[in-house]
Amino acid sequence: MQLIPCPWCGPRDDAEFHYGTEAHVARPADPTACSDTEWEAYLYLRRNTKGPFAERWVHTNGCRRWFNVIRDTYTHEVLASYKPGEPRPDLKGRDAPQPAAEKDA
Amino acid sequence: MAASDGRSGPTTKQRYSLFALARNALRYHEGWQQAWRSPEPKKAYDVVIVGGGGHGLTTAYYLAKLHGVRNIAVLEKGWIGGGNTGRNTTIIRSGYLWDESIKLYDHALKLWEGMSQEINFNVMFSQRGVINLAHSEHEWREMRRRYEAIRLNGVDIELVLPDQIKKLVPIINIDPDIRYPVKGGILQKRGGTARHDAVAWGYARAADELGVDIIQNCEVTGFERAPEGHIIGVQTTRGFIAANKVGCVPAGHSGMLAEMAGFMLPVQARPLQALVSEPIKPCIDKVVMSNAVHMYISQSDKGELVLGAGTDAYNSYAQRGSPNHPEHLMAATVELYPITSRLRMLRQWGGTVDTCPDASPIISKTPVPGLYFNCGWGTGGFKATPGSGHVFADLIAHDRPNALAAPFSLDRFRTGYLVDEHGAAGVAH
Repeated sequence: MQLIPCPWCGPRDDAEFHYGTEAHVARPADPTACSDTEWEAYLYLRRNTKGPFAERWVHTNGCRRWFNVIRDTYTHEVLASYKPGEPRPDLKGRDAPQPAAEKDA
Repeated sequence: MAASDGRSGPTTKQRYSLFALARNALRYHEGWQQAWRSPEPKKAYDVVIVGGGGHGLTTAYYLAKLHGVRNIAVLEKGWIGGGNTGRNTTIIRSGYLWDESIKLYDHALKLWEGMSQEINFNVMFSQRGVINLAHSEHEWREMRRRYEAIRLNGVDIELVLPDQIKKLVPIINIDPDIRYPVKGGILQKRGGTARHDAVAWGYARAADELGVDIIQNCEVTGFERAPEGHIIGVQTTRGFIAANKVGCVPAGHSGMLAEMAGFMLPVQARPLQALVSEPIKPCIDKVVMSNAVHMYISQSDKGELVLGAGTDAYNSYAQRGSPNHPEHLMAATVELYPITSRLRMLRQWGGTVDTCPDASPIISKTPVPGLYFNCGWGTGGFKATPGSGHVFADLIAHDRPNALAAPFSLDRFRTGYLVDEHGAAGVAH
């Protein structure tokens, strides 16, 4: 079980949430003006980071609100949780990816 | 025959047979030949395959066997078959919905049927039959649609009703009042299971015999490109290795590899979990899958019940998932197979699966000339192992996909021609 800190409800079991993949992906302002390549990028292409990753969660079985979490996808350590619209917090290097060899050791 | 460093020509392996077994038994099993060499990487190869799982090894094998490429390396960051090849629940079937998928997976199934003879390695392929259950009216309707689609492609499939299922699988509970009532199912008799480790070892041995260098504990850390863009090699933890062509078959790390090469893939890495029970007497001789409740069950030759769960919803490279998935799986298992209620589970583990938005794989050229990707098999790559390697080797050799691989190119996400297999993939993702 992972504890996901909802900014409104506090830390809760991850089974209460749904996942929204990468955070801070803006919908194109005018979809009809997008090329197929731009629309593909918006619809399907998401970073798949190994390490600290800014991602969206929604507290489906709680307050039903969306928010963002910075979580390490290798260690499952949660580094930050913040409300939508807020800028990505500065973690002063704590979210810098570690060298892969060091982490795998 | 002793291996010599730097040699890339074919070597001769002793055949495995009953006579070889008897002969070696008399010599206290001290005379067995090494199954594959562990050479130092050479400075340059014609083709480098990144990833030493089943798909990567079959790719190297078919490149050497069918396309005459003799100078091949398989780079594996861990050990052969230590990733998803050794972590899956070994189900093999070809009962998908769309023509493109049925053709690809049935191509693989036909290769499975001749595999042990072809590579002289017993992969314990057991065509015991795979049953997919429907647990609701809607699912039953969708399943009958899929049944017709499979039949139209000339692939064997049968509709089975609850009482027929009860005859095939006596331990199943078909009471209509349970939470997941059995409405019916489809049975593919050619489907079954295989020994997953043997598949990796057998192809490693067969590829080694054709001169392929299998290099373990060698992680790729970057790609090198010529000024005009073509790939010229890979940076690894064991130094730079030059290559004219690079095929990436990374299972759970395709997104990271693509990022190193400077482009993005529509894949997400997710945990997928499985369990095995303590060994018991033979009680189920079919594979039974319940898509709606994310559980699938078979019995190994050792007597363990092999149980697979659904994917966790979040991205992770940790090779472990949340306990609510095994719990959900066990609740469904106990209800459908009441004899399991006091069974103890011996082991539980997770693997990292790269899932695509349409639950179909990517077998494709990439924006980087000379770099190819075979990834995104999600929760069901094992069944495709020989077919995947077969078509991927063809793509690498000819720099264009053949008819089987073409529908799985990356450009489908731009054109919108997706191959949506969420219904038939067996596990929601």
